Amino acid sequence: MTRPPSDLPTDDEPGVPGFRTWRGVYLFVLGWFVLVVALLAVFSRFFS
Amino acid sequence: MNLADWVVLLGTMIGIAAYGSWRTRQVRSLNTYLKGSPSIGWGTIGLSVMATQASAITFLSIPGQGFESGIGFVQNYFGLPLALIIVCAVFLPIYRRLGVYTAYEYLGRRFDDKTRLLCAGLFLLQRGLAAGVTIYAPAIILSTVLGWRLDLVIVGAGLLVIVYTVTGGSQAVSLTQKLQMAVIFGGMVTAAIVLLAKLPDGLGFSGAAHVAGALGKLHAVDVSLDPTRRYTLWTGLLGGLFLSLSYFGTDQSQVQRYISGPSLRESRLGLVFNAVLKIPMQFSILLLGAFLFVFYQFGTPPVFFNQSEWRRLAEGGHAETFRGLEERYAAAVTASQAAIRDWVRARESDDAPAVGAARAAMVEANHRAEAVRAEAKTALVAADPRAKTKDSDYVFITFILTELPHGAIGLLVAVMFAAALSSKAAELNALGTTTTIDLWRRLRPLAAADEARNVRVARWFTALWGLVAIGFALFAGFAENLIEATNILGSIFYGVTLGIFLVAFFFRRVGGSAVFMAAVAAQASVIAMYASLNLGYLWYNVIGCAICIGGSLALQAVLGPRMPSHAGRTG
Repeated sequence: MTRPPSDLPTDDEPGVPGFRTWRGVYLFVLGWFVLVVALLAVFSRFFS
Repeated sequence: MNLADWVVLLGTMIGIAAYGSWRTRQVRSLNTYLKGSPSIGWGTIGLSVMATQASAITFLSIPGQGFESGIGFVQNYFGLPLALIIVCAVFLPIYRRLGVYTAYEYLGRRFDDKTRLLCAGLFLLQRGLAAGVTIYAPAIILSTVLGWRLDLVIVGAGLLVIVYTVTGGSQAVSLTQKLQMAVIFGGMVTAAIVLLAKLPDGLGFSGAAHVAGALGKLHAVDVSLDPTRRYTLWTGLLGGLFLSLSYFGTDQSQVQRYISGPSLRESRLGLVFNAVLKIPMQFSILLLGAFLFVFYQFGTPPVFFNQSEWRRLAEGGHAETFRGLEERYAAAVTASQAAIRDWVRARESDDAPAVGAARAAMVEANHRAEAVRAEAKTALVAADPRAKTKDSDYVFITFILTELPHGAIGLLVAVMFAAALSSKAAELNALGTTTTIDLWRRLRPLAAADEARNVRVARWFTALWGLVAIGFALFAGFAENLIEATNILGSIFYGVTLGIFLVAFFFRRVGGSAVFMAAVAAQASVIAMYASLNLGYLWYNVIGCAICIGGSLALQAVLGPRMPSHAGRTG
């Protein structure tokens, strides 16, 4: 398995307050996703 | 619907279409026509991506899913944020670097023409059929409940979307989608407020959620490993990941929405917007459905929500049976209501054994009512073996027409049409673009330099696909559960397409011939498996993709190192 082509456009800054890199934005999305699934599980449990 | 409803409905629909056409009437550049305005912001991209995915089926069928089966369908979207991260990090930078109009153009450069044509052909086949479903699905439901002529609804909505999509291309699609999403959000919030206001006094959000939860409608996360279950955490994470990756990464109707931004940043933020909001949005729509279930526990719901179908068969020789079922259901609902009220009172008493007994009685009473509904569906089939027995798609529209005030009814019907038009416009835009760039320009390479001619051809192909979709919607019959039918169709084709793209991105030693043969074999295998196995359809995304990647690697090993001349091909 090879890596995707390395000559991609420069990973310009996201320009989102609190995030200096896109990696940080992706980690935020991942964290948000885990939180949402956890909240859904808690919601189900609380109201079941 | 009265005059106020018609004013709201026609005002919003025709107004948005006319505004989109007028604002984009001067589009002459091929780049703007196919990719949209170069000054578009991430918010518009995000709304455009969201509007393309959320068709009228989303707003008609998903509340019905929540009503019928609870909110477990939300798991279908669990793979979406993960997929969008991958699209942002891997797919999008490559598309933007190459400056392609279509995702399949990239395959032509990476592999060869036959692989590009295979994927473009699969897209045209699958999306061409789906474009028919996109317009047929809301039309059949709205024409049934509103008493409108189905063919007029299909032709009217179909021509309206053709006008502004052909006029302004991608720019008109993005512009109108933004306004249509505003109508959709406004309408859905209005419906939710009315629903909460109409719940019995003292029940409120929390009480309604407790009733829905006790009756099994709020089970959002299912960790079962049973492969025949359609919606579990695992099918959502794995199958949903592959489905979303295929859809957002390789389906031109989505790719076209986000490659149009002025910078990589705007496109990425538009996708991140969806990654963050999509699950909460779907959850809200499903929860609305679960609350509709609670609302009808305290009201007088029909035994079968597709009242048009029910009345049609009730007027035949089975009138007595149908009347008997209606009476039994009314009695069962009354008993269920009493049991629910007993349980609510018991919960206030803090007497645990009493609460447990009341809850068991409530569940039992609800099962009895549901059993009568099941009998009603059996009676429909007995009266007419071709009877449509799935009525969940009619639950929300029944609520809209019977419970909302005038004006709001028009707004909610406008929501359905706005959703249908927004996703159909993106589909037509993508179908026209793919036909122009991947087929027509390959057959007439010398014409590529004539920009005005390219725009003209793209307009003709967009109009042609619009007419094909209208024709398909007019003459085709579709599966009963509309949202699942389109997802199943997608899952059969998407996995293989994704496999080709993943080979292109990650396995650079694999050439065009190996991936082409593997893709054909994988597609044939998926169709054969779908016809013979009882497997949750989301798994076909994984299987098709895995066979394609595995087959490509194996075939390349047999064929030997790929020819270097393929590496630098241009499309």
